Order: sequence, then C-alpha cells, then structure tokens
Amino acid sequence: MNWQWFHRLGSPRWFYEKTSAWSPWLACLALLLLVVGAVWGLGFAPMDSKQGNSYRIIYIHVPAAFLALVGYYVMAIAGAVGLIWKMKLSYIVMKSAAPIGAVLTFIALVTGAVWGKPTWGTWWVWDARITSMLILFFLYLGVIALQGAYQSRDLGNKSGAMLSLVGMINVPIIYKSVDWWFTLHQPATLKLTGGSSIDPSMAYPLLIMIAGFYCLYAWLLMLWTRVEVLEQEQKTQWVKALFTHR
Amino acid sequence: MIFQFEGLLDFLTMSGHGSYVWASYAVTLLALMFLIIIPIHQKKQLAIQIKRQQRIESSVINERKILGSRHASGS
Repeated sequence: MNWQWFHRLGSPRWFYEKTSAWSPWLACLALLLLVVGAVWGLGFAPMDSKQGNSYRIIYIHVPAAFLALVGYYVMAIAGAVGLIWKMKLSYIVMKSAAPIGAVLTFIALVTGAVWGKPTWGTWWVWDARITSMLILFFLYLGVIALQGAYQSRDLGNKSGAMLSLVGMINVPIIYKSVDWWFTLHQPATLKLTGGSSIDPSMAYPLLIMIAGFYCLYAWLLMLWTRVEVLEQEQKTQWVKALFTHR
Repeated sequence: MIFQFEGLLDFLTMSGHGSYVWASYAVTLLALMFLIIIPIHQKKQLAIQIKRQQRIESSVINERKILGSRHASGS
C-alpha cells in the first residue's frame, strides 16, 4: 500500500503550501454564513414567547459552545496522532487548537451568563452544565500552559497531548450534563435523532450560524497552524525564501 | 420573512433585552477579532525578524568580500 500521502500530510511545508489557496475562500464562506445567520437571527427570526428577545443570544451561544466541544476533540485527536506517529504537524495543530478552543469556551460562558441574567435572574450558578464548561475552559488553558512549560519542545508537546487526552472525558459529561443532573440550563435545542424543540423559523438561522462557526473554526485553525509552521520552520530555506522573494 | 421590529429604536432596545443581546454579540465579535489579529501580527513580526536576520547575514558576507579583496590587492 502506498503510504506516501500519509507522510506528506505530516510535513509542515506541504501543509503550508496546500492551504495557501483555500484560506481566503474559507474566510469568505465563514463571513457570508455568519453575516446572513446573525442578521436573520437578530432581526427576522420570530420572538420567543417565553424568553422574549433575549433568546436571540442563542445564535452565538450554541454555535460557540458546540465548536468549543468539537475543538476539544480536534485538539485531543491531534495530540494522540502526535504521540502515536510522532508527526510534527499534528503537534502544531494541537498547539493552534488550544487558544481557539479557549476563546470559544470563553464566548459560550460569557454569552451564557449574559443570557442567564434576564432569563434565570442571575449571571452565574454552579450547576452541572456551567461548571463542566468552566472546567473545559481551564483544560484548554492547562494545555496551553503545559505545552509551553518545558525547555524541550518535544517534552512540552507530549505533556500537552497527555493532558488533552485525559481531559477528553469532560466532553461527554458536558454534553450529557443537562440530562444527568437537575439544572437550570435548558436541554439541547437541536437533536440529530428525534424532534428538536425549536420551530424551523428559529432553527434555520441557528443552523446557518453553526455552519458559519464551523467554517470560521476551520479557517482560524488553518491560520494559526500556518503561522506556527512558519515560526517553527523559520530556520529552513523554504521559509526564508518565502519572505525574501517579494 | 418579515422584520420583527418597528423601526431602528425598537431593534436596538429589543423591548428591554437589547443591552443583553447586543452586549453578547459585541463580546463575541471582539473575542473573534482577537483570534484573527494575533496570528496576523505574529506573522508580520516573523517577517521583520527574518528580513533583519538576512540583512545581517548579507552584510557580513559583503564585509568579508571587501576585506578579502583588500587583502588580495595589498599583498
């Protein structure tokens, strides 16, 4: 079997050159989806009969929280690939995924708090969903700190990958927390199986926003990874040539 | 699809919930801008650094050439 493609996938240079063409398209697609979704959600989706207009926060809260969880898997899987196949690129992806995930978790927590004030009457409660989300935030920060804590880059990479793999147990707990414990947080709005608890007129902009956040996440991960590739390969000839022939 | 609000003021106040909704969107926008600006800034810094490095290297090479030619003419 020809494994050449697999090894090429691990080459930072190959990644950098391949993604050059995709980056602007992905950025445009993300922007388009986010603008359409936000305008639709803010201005044209009907008002919620119980929560009034405050529910419009859902159009950023849910996609951000969703991508924060997906991003954790991305980071942990990249770390695992690095541990198993010792691929340089996968550690770079892991390193890039951590701050993006941390900021998305931060967005989910802040918008959740702001949404909680008019809906529950409080900014913060120590309930299962919110606390486990806060733990996710600290896990992201922990991976960033641990990866940078060693003199040897290799050791930092391995420790960061280990922590992200151990922390993966938190993700299904977050997902199931609203079903397992008594909580103020409302249950899942969208479900793959069975009926969703949301009217299509409100669901379409939400789906567009989730798609937009997916594209934005992919683009951001690409952007951060590309810069980190340059950073780590700055002594090589191809990176030097990139900055001179211009 | 119809616009759900009566005019711009109603859209901004959102019957009392405006501040919450707009604050959420503003924080999100700022946080996402942060994620975009950081790597772009980092790349610019790297470019400056690499170019400076190359200027030093090429000036060292030039100096050696001048010294070398002086040495050759002097002898």
